[in-house]
Amino acid sequence: MTAKSLARIGMIAFAAVLTSLAARGAAAEELRIGFLAPTTGPFAQIATDMINGFQLYLKDHDGKLGGATIKFIVEDTQGKPATAVLKAEKLIKQDQVHMLIGGLLASEGYALAPVSTREKTLYVSSIPASDNLTQRDEPNYPYFVRTGFSSSQPSHPIGEWACQQGYKKIAAQAADYAFGYEVVGGFQKTFEECGGQIIQKLWPPINTMDFGPYIADLKQDADAIFSLPVGAGVLQFPKQLAASGNKKPVIGAGTAYDEFVLPSMGDEVIGSVSALQYSAALETPENEAFVKEYRAEFGKVPSYYSESNYTTAKMIDAAMTQAGGSWPGPLPFLEKLVAVKVDAPRGPISLDDMRNPIQNVYIRRVEKREMFGYPKPELWNVVIKTYPQVSQFWKWSKEEFFKQPVYSRDYPPCKYCE
Amino acid sequence: MRTGVSRRRKLWAVVALLIAVAAITPHSTPFLVLLITRILILAILAMSVDLLLGFTGLSSMGQAAYLGLGAYLTAILATRCQFGLGWDFLLVILFGILLGVATAALFGLLALRAGGVYFLMITLALSQCVWGLAYRWNSLTGGDNGINLPDRPVLGMIRLGNDAAYFYLVLGFFLVSLVSLYVLVQSPFGHSLVGIREREVRMRILGYNTWLHKYIAFIIAGGFGGLAGVLWAELSGQVSPEELTLTTSVDALLMVVLGGPGTLMGGVFGAAIVLFLREYLSTLVPWWQYVLGGIYVLAIYYLPDGLLGLLRRSPDAAVAAAEPVPSRGVGAAVGRHGTALNPKRRVSE
Repeated sequence: MTAKSLARIGMIAFAAVLTSLAARGAAAEELRIGFLAPTTGPFAQIATDMINGFQLYLKDHDGKLGGATIKFIVEDTQGKPATAVLKAEKLIKQDQVHMLIGGLLASEGYALAPVSTREKTLYVSSIPASDNLTQRDEPNYPYFVRTGFSSSQPSHPIGEWACQQGYKKIAAQAADYAFGYEVVGGFQKTFEECGGQIIQKLWPPINTMDFGPYIADLKQDADAIFSLPVGAGVLQFPKQLAASGNKKPVIGAGTAYDEFVLPSMGDEVIGSVSALQYSAALETPENEAFVKEYRAEFGKVPSYYSESNYTTAKMIDAAMTQAGGSWPGPLPFLEKLVAVKVDAPRGPISLDDMRNPIQNVYIRRVEKREMFGYPKPELWNVVIKTYPQVSQFWKWSKEEFFKQPVYSRDYPPCKYCE
Repeated sequence: MRTGVSRRRKLWAVVALLIAVAAITPHSTPFLVLLITRILILAILAMSVDLLLGFTGLSSMGQAAYLGLGAYLTAILATRCQFGLGWDFLLVILFGILLGVATAALFGLLALRAGGVYFLMITLALSQCVWGLAYRWNSLTGGDNGINLPDRPVLGMIRLGNDAAYFYLVLGFFLVSLVSLYVLVQSPFGHSLVGIREREVRMRILGYNTWLHKYIAFIIAGGFGGLAGVLWAELSGQVSPEELTLTTSVDALLMVVLGGPGTLMGGVFGAAIVLFLREYLSTLVPWWQYVLGGIYVLAIYYLPDGLLGLLRRSPDAAVAAAEPVPSRGVGAAVGRHGTALNPKRRVSE
């Protein structure tokens, strides 16, 4: 091999390096987002709401966030944690996404958080709500950030609210899994500290379709019922409760009357109260514009699943703008994201030092009325009280809050159950 | 009955295929490495189902239980005892197999009291019990949230956290499983299992303890299920009750039926087809479920012997035309060689 040909090879190699560098420079303008949602199976409708929410924001901003062009790749998790992990690895290793967004079930969130640590890739949990991901397990997941809510976050205010309404005894009935334990646990904690009594806790299995036996079991001396059905039970439970002749007020977890299912519900849910960080009936200019645009685009009212992902896009937009439109690397980006404060459709939102949102929690009552100039009276989650800027630790300090274990089936203990 | 393609040629084809997989996989895309590793693990599970369904004629609907037990054992040892993070991982594999064997030894006592649909129902119920345990024993299993494992073990210089390294480890265990199961079904014991599948009464009359044969086959299948579970837990780095659901058991059965029961390699091809369609096609198109469903329907209509039945069928076609051969469908597995369903033979018994 002559010196000349060596030199030529050297030049070609140099050119190749330059081109690849140039390509990399160009790629920095592109922000690749891997979006995980169960687009097939029983949660397909929720997955659609999630994707629509994010894409609406992208559409409004010409497919750009903070100046970077977005490559939006959706993968189907099928609602299975192992599949979520496989798809996340695909997005990270093959599509080389800068961040993962989404997941729906708590089990998906728990499965994806370690992937983010292992692969040093940002994971923005827009829906999975398990308390511990931003509480006791937070140190394990430095690349994890939540933009939705933690399960017990809306429960603390509504527990206090229920007590202030004068309810003394409440019977709780919730789906038998971690989300149910955490929602009921938070409610019980503040309700009992204020002087109320949870006199019963019933845990129907997660796929319960017939609530008859559980409804018949509800204690008659309760002033109100706290309920958290999931899946198909969300529709079924209120129907069966009404059919049983129930006259007691019903308090529900935020997801029990969410807009993803509210339009399909009957008048029996009118008067039911629930708490969440969002309601489509929120009368702010920001939300009214969001609801109208979303409804015009997708033909239905946005649910909290839509709003949460819309707001996630908005927060990434703000952080990318801070970064000058180029990807600064996962941890520097996370730093910018944590510092972001935006006015979302749900209201002002910022992140605490464990990367969970501090946000308003709304106590909402289902009412049938006309809103935002729509002609027909419909069911809306009308906001009756706002708890501004609620932290996941409610009124306690972080240290004080961590003295208790995570809410579970047995914690807080049911002191007043017979 | 002579098989269509000679046994030696089939062996060479399998060897060539496996060498190709071993050589090409690490150079494919990162996603494919993970997917093929997953296929190999579920292929071990499918082969264990095939030992029962294809060779012994027992349709077990509970194989997910052993997968789950192996997986939870790995996760619990790794998180609670920091056991299985280095060379002791090989011990975890051994424990996983033993747990599968022990559980199958217990479950077998209950399930093998019955046959046919009743056997299917009992195995289903037992595996649901294991699922319930995983789902409700919160303090040990983390309930619905599952357990996250620490990083994959490091074996001396080899970091299994590297997907290619882990792929080779899984491939190794897959080969060991394939070869040992092949030796097993070719052994006199394996032949008696086929005899039981064909006509249990006759085997009993001949003096075989058919219950014991089935029991041993059931236990061996459980052991391979446990092995698959250990490998599965380390692959995805987490376990959850989702892995133990009925769907996993049904999947394993479908893989065998699709590929061809009674062939061992059929389950492997079945696992490859199902997972490619489900996990790979779903990254490309949103309507992957229709393709999967369509293939199931077509396979049941036109390939009652599964994909590998094609190899066996074509040279037989002439014979079949000359002399009617009883159905060789899965449901009629008992009648495969024309004994049970052939009235003439029955008269001569």
